Amino acid sequence: MSVELLADKLSSSFIVFENELNGETKTDLHRIRRESMAHFEKRGFPSIRQEDWKYTSLKPILKHDYKVFHKGDQALDFSDIKKFFIHDIDTYKIVFVNGVYSSWLSETTHQGYDICTFSAALRRHRDVTNQYFSKAADNTSAMVALNTAFAQEGAYIRMSKGMSAVKPVEIIHFTTEEAGSLLNQPRNLIVLEEGSEVQIIERHQSLGSKPVLTNSVSEIFVHANASLELYRVQNDADTASIINHTSIQQHRDSRVRTAVFSLGGKLMRNDLNIAFLGENAEAYLDGLTLLDDGQHADHHTRVDHRVPHCNSFEMYKGIYDGNSKGVFNGQIMVRPHAQKTNAFQQNNNIILGEKASVDTKPQLEIFADDVKCSHGCTVGQLDDEALFYLRSRGIPEHEAKALLLYAIGDEVIGKVRLKELRNRLHKLMAKKLNVDFQMEI
Amino acid sequence: MLHIKNLHASIEDNKILKGINLEVRPGEVHAIMGPNGSGKSTLSSVIAGREEYEVTEGSIEFLNEDLLSLSPEERAHAGIFLSFQYPVEIPGVSLTNFIKTSMNETRKAKGLEPYPAKDLLKKMRDCLELLEMDKGFLSRSLNEGFSGGEKKRNEIFQMALLEPKLAILDETDSGLDIDALRIVASGVNKLRSPKNSFVLITHYQRLLNYIEPDYVHVLFNGKIVRSGGKELAHELESKGYDWIKQELAEV
Repeated sequence: MSVELLADKLSSSFIVFENELNGETKTDLHRIRRESMAHFEKRGFPSIRQEDWKYTSLKPILKHDYKVFHKGDQALDFSDIKKFFIHDIDTYKIVFVNGVYSSWLSETTHQGYDICTFSAALRRHRDVTNQYFSKAADNTSAMVALNTAFAQEGAYIRMSKGMSAVKPVEIIHFTTEEAGSLLNQPRNLIVLEEGSEVQIIERHQSLGSKPVLTNSVSEIFVHANASLELYRVQNDADTASIINHTSIQQHRDSRVRTAVFSLGGKLMRNDLNIAFLGENAEAYLDGLTLLDDGQHADHHTRVDHRVPHCNSFEMYKGIYDGNSKGVFNGQIMVRPHAQKTNAFQQNNNIILGEKASVDTKPQLEIFADDVKCSHGCTVGQLDDEALFYLRSRGIPEHEAKALLLYAIGDEVIGKVRLKELRNRLHKLMAKKLNVDFQMEI
Repeated sequence: MLHIKNLHASIEDNKILKGINLEVRPGEVHAIMGPNGSGKSTLSSVIAGREEYEVTEGSIEFLNEDLLSLSPEERAHAGIFLSFQYPVEIPGVSLTNFIKTSMNETRKAKGLEPYPAKDLLKKMRDCLELLEMDKGFLSRSLNEGFSGGEKKRNEIFQMALLEPKLAILDETDSGLDIDALRIVASGVNKLRSPKNSFVLITHYQRLLNYIEPDYVHVLFNGKIVRSGGKELAHELESKGYDWIKQELAEV
């Protein structure tokens, strides 16, 4: 199947989708969907001719005949998928199987705050969805527009004023072998009202061997003095790919910590946009990429300092083995009146594989004069001196390399504020590095 | 224990060692002295297995085994320890984890079970005390932000833990103040036994006031040009290296 045929299939699928909506088609929400579909049809899928997609070709993953509509109620046994959850602690769970919400595997709540699905929010909280839907995401992006056109399912989290979630929230999307090749387009809406707090962990997991493409969009609104932690664990099957767009709006005194761990999957593209709308807000953007043969990860971040007195700290580290490929594009925009901005960005890459490569591009656009901004990009190899030092102390070469890489990874993993997730990530990393030592650094 | 025969080594086509002969028996302490650029550090690097150096001629046997065919880690497992002139800073790897990995990998190579954590901790504490180091060192990243003296003490700390058969101390005295030198030297002296040996590589005689060598060798221009007892070190100290150079020129 060609890219054009897939685009055509999506156009006709949209008509089918509309026909099933009945009265819904007259709503504002659907007007947005329809405009988005028109935009997607005009733009088509991104190509490497576009600056934003210069180093990431979608061609290899768009050649499959993906199913666009999902059939529900694929039964999964919790014991089979337990390992994908942070099962040593209690969590809220929003679980989807082949794109369909699984009430059986989920644990949601409406007590004090809402942790449920986007489809439920469309039915019960239309005032909230109308207020926020498609207000943060960058709809000029063709992939975002495509997601918006079909938006009907995903996670919905609305933290009420002053409320702290009593436990973390896990959002997990499973796809099964039986579902075949699937295009999954989850839409998350997350609203933190004034002074509220929540920790979220999201992952997408293919359990089958067929190609799976996830095109996910998350819109996140963090109101005054609210606090969000958002962790993404990307350790999917090597037949699964994800295009993940996240837009976060931060109001005054809010705090956001995001971290993405790109450890497995065929292609991972993460767009993370953070906009400061209120003063004295703070954001941490962290990423750890650890890739092997045949894997590709592309991180595009954009931090928009629109108001004074905000701080952003960005640290992305990458380790590339085999013929893997990495991309980092970090844009920092400091608008003319955003004085007293602190914006720091760091991107460090280690190339292990002879055929591995990384393209890194800091992009600072600073229009205010009283700011502190810095960026640093490095691409290098493991330090031979350090390696020899470790080996001279009896640590074999493979373990010595792993120890040095582990230390690099831990700079990111160590910042995760959830101990159980940290442990999980340490284990994942040790497994990826093929060493059996467990460090408690 | 260590037999070096006619060792020639070069780096990037520069010949540094031009026929070294040296024999170290169990329990002996040898000092190798010489001016800068004479090849002292090259000799220690070649023994420890640094891959940038190419051995073009000669052999090194350690406990009747061909040392040159072993990887750096295998040399460590066999009982060789190099105290680095410039220990490397390794951010993110705590001293505890490093030591634990180092000791357990060495045990694994010998077919032994990992050290029980409790015993290892006790051993680490004893060695810290020996080197007058604070417990806080254990949780710090390896050598990161350590002062020159702290780095050197950390080397001897590792040596005390790993209990090598042959320890090569490469300019361990350089950059040390008198207190640190005393602590390092007393650490070394406590580890001396009839079974293990030391090679002290130094530019100055100062260290030898604290660690008394059995033999002193003078390395010059890639060769050992003179060997003798500890009195040779005193002679060098009073007359300087020019004395050797002059004598050699006369010959």
